[in-house]
Amino acid sequence: MNLHYGAFHALHNVNLGIDENEITAFIGPSGCGKSTLLKSLNRMNDLVQTCRITGKITLDGEDIYGNIDVNMLRKRMGMVFQKPNPFPMSIYDNVAYGPRTHGIKKKSELDRIVEESLKNAAIWDEVKDRLKKSALAVSGGQQQRLCIARALAVKPEVLLLDEPTSALDPISTVKIEDLLLELRERYTIVIVTHNMGQAARISDKTAFFLHGEIVESGLTMDIFSNPSDRKTEDYITGRFG
Amino acid sequence: MKEKIAEYFFLICSLISIGAVALICFFIFRGAYPAVQTVGLWPFLTGGLWKPTDIPPLFGIFNMIVGSVYVTAGACLIGVPVGVFTAVYMAKYCPQKIYAGMSQLVSLLAGIPSIIYGFFGMMLIVPFIADNFSGNGNSVLAASIVLGVMVLPTIIKVSEVSLKAVPKTYYEGALALGATKEQSIFFVLIPAAKSGILTGIVLGIGRAIGETMAVVMVAGNANILPETIFKSVRTLTANIVLEMGYASGTHFDAIVATGAVLFVFILLLNLVLGVINKGSKTAGT
Repeated sequence: MNLHYGAFHALHNVNLGIDENEITAFIGPSGCGKSTLLKSLNRMNDLVQTCRITGKITLDGEDIYGNIDVNMLRKRMGMVFQKPNPFPMSIYDNVAYGPRTHGIKKKSELDRIVEESLKNAAIWDEVKDRLKKSALAVSGGQQQRLCIARALAVKPEVLLLDEPTSALDPISTVKIEDLLLELRERYTIVIVTHNMGQAARISDKTAFFLHGEIVESGLTMDIFSNPSDRKTEDYITGRFG
Repeated sequence: MKEKIAEYFFLICSLISIGAVALICFFIFRGAYPAVQTVGLWPFLTGGLWKPTDIPPLFGIFNMIVGSVYVTAGACLIGVPVGVFTAVYMAKYCPQKIYAGMSQLVSLLAGIPSIIYGFFGMMLIVPFIADNFSGNGNSVLAASIVLGVMVLPTIIKVSEVSLKAVPKTYYEGALALGATKEQSIFFVLIPAAKSGILTGIVLGIGRAIGETMAVVMVAGNANILPETIFKSVRTLTANIVLEMGYASGTHFDAIVATGAVLFVFILLLNLVLGVINKGSKTAGT
């Protein structure tokens, strides 16, 4: 697929398969198009008026830019942003927001989903006594795990993470990485990261982006130990980027 | 040395503003005191009869307090939904092309003198009510509609600014969960902008309760307790402006006291504003 922002050709002939129950990492220098591709996957780029996409992106064989319900697509593709963005409401309401939006009203059902989601996001023990407190009062790392819980609460199939740890301290980062490795069992995960070590530690597949193109993609192990393209090697060894 | 001069200059300017408020407070309450002493606070506030020329005269402003509350509430019923939803439209839906024009028109609405609003009410709304409902049209409803329009710019501007100040990430976060645009706006954006929107509404209420000219022109001003919204009503402000010209003695004092009651309402609104702003500060951290 190709993507333009106005006259700017942001993604060139990108062709990539993302496999189920694996972590796929998008790496590359700033402005290379990795976040753009991620946002195309759940159509958050629709918010950019000048954005134009040609080609096809499919989820389970279905063209997501075809005749589908965008909101259902976004429900299936949970997204976690670079900066933790909990809503300015209680922790409980944050997690319950998605399910409520999709029509779940029963208190017991919501309670169950909130607990389960927070547990899955490995933050339950830290917040279970203050579910009614403002989500903005917890630390940045906790906020980000809360955002993951919020995304999990709508029962997505895919988790899209846009540099989820770039605003966090190392300890929080480790917690999130461990969490993602656990979540891999049940979800397909795509993570955009600036952190080469992170890609190497947690991903199964890696795609290296440069100037809007995928230079190389494949098993993370291969890309990091034996890159086939010179530019990939230069990037992962820290010669630029 | 030069810095000191500048500092004193700014200080003097600040003192002028503060001094004005203090003076107004002092004189309005001092002016009101004799009337309260003669009439008694309770009879003054709860009395239904206002007969300054009777012997002995009667000074009860209960109907006018209720009148002011009625027309202000009416203005809110009209102005708040229209204003807030206009702000939502301008902040989230309005195409770039028409935004500038729309924004200017809203500003113009704020700049229209109240007497012009009064004419608008007299020539359009009052006859419309007289023709289609009961009475001669000068009514609670007419005053509410005129005031409802007058408070729009305040509510729209303040709400719009606070809606726009909500971090974009909230909106995107909601959309990314599969919420529709409307769900994102109503259940994330508006709650996040709540304190700003409430501030706009309170400022609008302040404008409505203090408005005089436009109300006098369309409210009928009879000192009765209106049973329906089609009946005439007299507000506190109308009472003041209608009788100021010829009042003397206790009558005059009672009019000043009417102003003091209005002033108390404004002080209460300011108190509410303070609470709202304090709430937003603690919620924002």
